[in-house]
Amino acid sequence: MPTASARVGHERRFRKRRGPGPGSRRRAPRARCGALTDDAKRELDQRLAAHPRNLQPAVARESDAARILERFVQAAEAADVTVARLSSADAVPEAVAGYLQSHNLPPRLRLSPGAESYPWERVPLVETSRGAARGEDRVALTPALAGVAETGSLVLESGPDKPTALNFLPEHHVVTLRASELVASPEDVWDRLRAAAGGGSLPRTVNLITGPSRTGDIELTIHLGAHGPRALHVLLIEDQG
Amino acid sequence: MAHLDPRDFKANARAALADRQLSDALSRMSAGLVPKRADAVAALPEFDALRDRAREIKDHTLANLDHYLEVFEANCQATGGQVHWCGTADEARSRILEICRAADARTVTKGKSMVGEELHLNPFFERHGITPVETDLGEYIVQLADEVPSHIVAPAIHKTKEQVSDLFERHHGGPRQEEPEAIIGEAREVLRQRFLDADVGITGANYLVAETGSSVIVTNEGNGDLTQILPKVHVVIASIEKIVPTLEDATTILRLLARSATGQPFSAYTTFSTGPKRADDLDGPEAYHVILLDNGRSAMLGTEFQDMLRCIRCGACMNHCPVYQSVGGHAYGTVYVGPMGSVLSPALVGLETTKHLPNASTFCGRCEAVCPMRIPLPRMLRAWRERAHESGQTTVAERRGLRLWAWFARRPALYGPGARLAARALAWLGRDKGRLARLPFAAGWTGGRDLPAPEGRTFQEQWRKDADGIRTGRS
Ligand code: SF4
Repeated sequence: MPTASARVGHERRFRKRRGPGPGSRRRAPRARCGALTDDAKRELDQRLAAHPRNLQPAVARESDAARILERFVQAAEAADVTVARLSSADAVPEAVAGYLQSHNLPPRLRLSPGAESYPWERVPLVETSRGAARGEDRVALTPALAGVAETGSLVLESGPDKPTALNFLPEHHVVTLRASELVASPEDVWDRLRAAAGGGSLPRTVNLITGPSRTGDIELTIHLGAHGPRALHVLLIEDQG
Repeated sequence: MAHLDPRDFKANARAALADRQLSDALSRMSAGLVPKRADAVAALPEFDALRDRAREIKDHTLANLDHYLEVFEANCQATGGQVHWCGTADEARSRILEICRAADARTVTKGKSMVGEELHLNPFFERHGITPVETDLGEYIVQLADEVPSHIVAPAIHKTKEQVSDLFERHHGGPRQEEPEAIIGEAREVLRQRFLDADVGITGANYLVAETGSSVIVTNEGNGDLTQILPKVHVVIASIEKIVPTLEDATTILRLLARSATGQPFSAYTTFSTGPKRADDLDGPEAYHVILLDNGRSAMLGTEFQDMLRCIRCGACMNHCPVYQSVGGHAYGTVYVGPMGSVLSPALVGLETTKHLPNASTFCGRCEAVCPMRIPLPRMLRAWRERAHESGQTTVAERRGLRLWAWFARRPALYGPGARLAARALAWLGRDKGRLARLPFAAGWTGGRDLPAPEGRTFQEQWRKDADGIRTGRS
């Protein structure tokens, strides 16, 4: 098999390395000369296997659960997410029914098959169905794998019971999130995903969603609801872990 | 629209300066994006430390680029993805066409991608009977207008709301919408069906992650996600320098990207895509292809232009550039515009047609000051100028002028008095306003700008005076 450098156009020049140009006179060479030695290769592979965290901002290193929750709500709201705090998962159906009503939406809801079974019988007027997104669905409910306090992001992954288009096609996106699934930083999410993959690959799609869809393409003013949801509503279930 | 040519930069710039709508749009840009970025940066105390770390990550990656690309390939293939190594734009286009043909594609939706612009994919698809549909609102506007993007982040930044209303009325058959919400709603309706109908979805990549074999896109509209989830085939077009080793490395750079680009702490959608859909997934593409494009980049490695390969396409350098702020993106006549474009374009398409671009700079240094990846843009612009000079691509007048200056500079006995004389003469010419609107023998310079008149003393004179002052403790 040809090497990467031979396959990518003129990368050979990279190996031969030209004489230093005018701007690089006083600099140490940064492009490697010649092929990798076995030791160097081992070092690179070790770096990949260890995937060390780089410098993280202080907020990303927060470890106090109450402060993580507070920061998540604040960052999410700053990104135009609305957050409702529920004391138990059983309160989800009524919270959704209230949301539909207050937004003048028809009482119909498309559920991600991966959403837990909530006591929907408590809201008999809301018609629920489960499955992948259809063009006509206006409101979807999907469960988040985690929430990131640093950025206010929701983490949603694809899977056999978690279709991705539900996060993007409907106009209103309602997401359930257990407070115990809140983490400080994206790095914490990667560790969880790696643990879940157990040496295998990531799910096909991992979405970090930070607010509803928006565009600034008309005279640079921000408008919500470009192609994806116009509104993103989080039901934060404070289940004490 | 006839696309502008970088060889005509001076004429293009003159025309742009006379365009009122354009100058309104551009002043909106600097009034909006510059303070937004400043606020976002001020809100993150670690911003500068993160810039240093991000630079190290990219330098490390570029020093081992071949290795990380091979690791990426292996990991991508392990999840069922296919990687296509393309040395040139031609190769990339043929591979993309083969993939589309194999999928029997009639319509292709596209997420925003500068590599797509670099490949001139839209006209290519049209020539081959495939309908390309841009789905990013700015790109869609530019496509309807038969133009090219004038900014790497905000492609339609040069268009006013009225111009978009006109365009939509003409192409969608009315009624004419005036309000931004209604205009956006109309685009949403029209594009919705296109998403559902498309056979192939093409996105760019902000990063490729070697560790996991994933591609990453960062968007605000969600169009890139609909583009990649709904069709049967997802094609990622990425240039080779988009690679980073790990998810942690990608995260560090993500902390800089949105803040630098739009002043957001984080964009609305950051999506990691790994391979095609799994056997029992309910949606997602059945095939996942990554086009790895070189197109001149590997030749930059090991040269004084290597640092340019750290660029994350945030657009901060153009948002803060006085030249871009005055003439906009189209005047450059290249795919990549602004300071980063003036450095990258000569490397990608050759200095012959782009030799004016490295001169489209006041060397004020703002681009380097705001660049999240600490790319020394002014130094590289100077390096291109030197190359243009060495290869005789400067004008006769420039070369003559420089030779004359060099002749004097080597003769201090003449240089000092000569410069003193010139400085006093210029001060006298500009005595009323402190500026010179016209300068004999230099109309090319003063045609587009005023020259501040010297205050009457040369630099050497002032230096001597100040140095004296310092020695005797007077200043
Ligand atoms: S050169 Fe720097 S500032 Fe300009 S687009 Fe690239 S990363 Fe951003």
